[in-house]
Amino acid sequence: MNQVTFKGGSHPPQFKELTKNKPVKVAEAPKEVVIPMSMHIGAPCKPLVKRNDHVYIGQKIGEEQGFVSVPIHASVSGTVKAVEERQHPNGNLVMSVIIENDGLDEFDPNIEVPPDYTTMEPQEIINHIKDYGIVGIGGATFPTHVKLTIPEDKTVDTVILNGAECEPYITCDDTLMQENPELVIQGLKIIMKAIGVDKGYIGIEDNKPEAISIMTDAASNEPNITVVPLKTKYPQGAEKQLITAVTGREVPSGGLPADAGVVVNNVGTAAQIAKSFNTGIPFYEKLVTVTGEAVSEPQTLSVRLGTPFQEAIDQAGGFKKEPGKIISGGPMMGVAQFTTEVPVIKSTSGILCFDEEQAQLPEPTDCIKCGKCVEVCPIRLQPFQMSAFALQNDWDECEALNVMDCIECGSCSFVCPAKRPLLSSFRTAKRSIAKRGKK
Amino acid sequence: MEEGKKLWVSSSPHIRSGLTTQKIMLDVLIALLPAFGVSIYVFGLPALLITIICVCTCVLTEYVIEVLKKKPITISDLSACVTGVLIAFNLPVQAPWWMCIIGSVFAIAIVKQLFGGIGHNFLNPALAGRAFLLASWPTRMTGTSFIPVDAMTEATPLGILKQGLDAPLPSNMDMFLGFPGVYGAIGEISAVALIIGGLYLIIRGIISWRIPTFYLLTVAIMAFAFGEDVIFQLCAGGLMLGAFFMATDYVSSPSTPIGQIIFAVGCGLLTMIIRKFGGYPEGVSYSILLMNCAAPLIQKYTQPRVYGKPKKKGEAVNEG
Repeated sequence: MNQVTFKGGSHPPQFKELTKNKPVKVAEAPKEVVIPMSMHIGAPCKPLVKRNDHVYIGQKIGEEQGFVSVPIHASVSGTVKAVEERQHPNGNLVMSVIIENDGLDEFDPNIEVPPDYTTMEPQEIINHIKDYGIVGIGGATFPTHVKLTIPEDKTVDTVILNGAECEPYITCDDTLMQENPELVIQGLKIIMKAIGVDKGYIGIEDNKPEAISIMTDAASNEPNITVVPLKTKYPQGAEKQLITAVTGREVPSGGLPADAGVVVNNVGTAAQIAKSFNTGIPFYEKLVTVTGEAVSEPQTLSVRLGTPFQEAIDQAGGFKKEPGKIISGGPMMGVAQFTTEVPVIKSTSGILCFDEEQAQLPEPTDCIKCGKCVEVCPIRLQPFQMSAFALQNDWDECEALNVMDCIECGSCSFVCPAKRPLLSSFRTAKRSIAKRGKK
Repeated sequence: MEEGKKLWVSSSPHIRSGLTTQKIMLDVLIALLPAFGVSIYVFGLPALLITIICVCTCVLTEYVIEVLKKKPITISDLSACVTGVLIAFNLPVQAPWWMCIIGSVFAIAIVKQLFGGIGHNFLNPALAGRAFLLASWPTRMTGTSFIPVDAMTEATPLGILKQGLDAPLPSNMDMFLGFPGVYGAIGEISAVALIIGGLYLIIRGIISWRIPTFYLLTVAIMAFAFGEDVIFQLCAGGLMLGAFFMATDYVSSPSTPIGQIIFAVGCGLLTMIIRKFGGYPEGVSYSILLMNCAAPLIQKYTQPRVYGKPKKKGEAVNEG
């Protein structure tokens, strides 16, 4: 097997054995779901329902606003209890529709199975993808229909599905590829048809040999689709690193994958597209790896969107010890939560529960300029130098050292022997520089 | 979840590697053990005493200065221990106790702490300490060395060569092994012991292979070009100690791959130029110190091309 990768990177411990190769458990639908009107990058949706309205699964409850926006649908049938601001996993209060589940799981009667995608025009496919509320579920929640609408001045010849899943602990993509390889392949074919390309790749880190072999079998009758085993190394699943590993191309600084002739989608996004095209039912449930040392029965669950974290954790047996930190996503790039009331949204890949001991990070000491951060940076930045300037609020020097190219993978902070908060200083620098640029 | 129960919140990443400054310094100390063993074997108790005095003085100086500066006490990171051992390794066996103390205090107080403590010294503290002693008491630092087997001699092998003395030079094999009796500072006599320690550091990922490799390679090529005995030049003086343990000091050397190569080649060139044409028989310390001064500039001009930036001005990223 030809194994490809990128330069730099690190090897954080995997911790995937907690949930690896355990079958997906379909979680019981919660009594109440909290559906934020913003589960994508772009303008939030306008709520279409009000208190006491009855809704069905798949019914549109949030109207998209503008091009970079997707509609939002109900994930349970029942009664709207409130439309109000609730805590969102991104840390903000966001207008949300709270639905009381009637337990009947009735689907919207207006749902129709669409015609076979092979008979559709590309634009029709893209419109359907938008109507199904599909966004990139790998993390960025960029609306998929926008990604698939290639600007006229760009030529895309390759689609890559991201099955790298380089975040420690998280195994939902691995599980998906093992259980539903046909959905992944079908989704990839729909995407390829939508943008009119005939080269499709599925990149998978080689710590998932089962997924690689199952996906390779599933793709054996597809001459245009190649499964690419990738070296297990963080951040192999970062978009730019994946593109470089698979195609040898680089995304220009400040540019998009399309500038390198590539469109990247998560395997989960592809499977969701296939599911919606097969049933006509919009995006309403997803796979979430509930894991970590504080969880009784770590496993990958299929949960309804809007399920509160606490509910999902309870479905995984609840806490076996006092949790110290709850992270939405993986330990390298996930977002720490201050409450378990936040809901599962379209990009929630995992709910990681650390115990008290793991929750506490070591105190930083002085930088010894060992250069470990330089070695691991997948963008070839000089993190220790940038951080010294960032801590003095010297944004000009930070910008000159290309801090804006930082992909925030966290490899530098992870390896640092002095335990310095390198990435968080870059986040501050990037935000300040972006703000300054707007003035 | 229970009311009032607090969760930790912080910016990602939420995990950290097990590597710490202390573990790095411990690895350096482990890597210095073979050379330490040889020095005890060859020079006996005095070598042990010199090392103990230097290490204790370094640690105590660091402690006192941090107390005076009202800064956190960092002696547990073991970096002062490493400096102490390296100063000791650069001293001749007959170095008096007060020289050990003065060199150590100078290294830690002036070169390290005065510039801001660990990570802020622009020179390698141990080498600066040695250079200070060499400038202050040149005869005590280089004049005599000790051959435990048969007699006292007036010079190290490089000194014999430099001054054209009518004294027998040790064989290359003796120079490589460092025992049963070669002359020089207590920690630098055994090339093989230092190479073992250096390889340990490279394998453990503590130092990059580039600096020692290009340093030694440059010295070898220069020695060949000057018509010198290549093996002799590689094993003589403080070269192995310098190449593996001094030039690789993180703070005072560049961190970019190309920068490290330029730095190492510079060290090699200067070492051989001093050995061949300079007033001193040995040039390792001064060449590394000089290159330390050039390190920030080298670092600045050897930044690698950032991902996604054009290879040359005006060129597209994915062409060529």
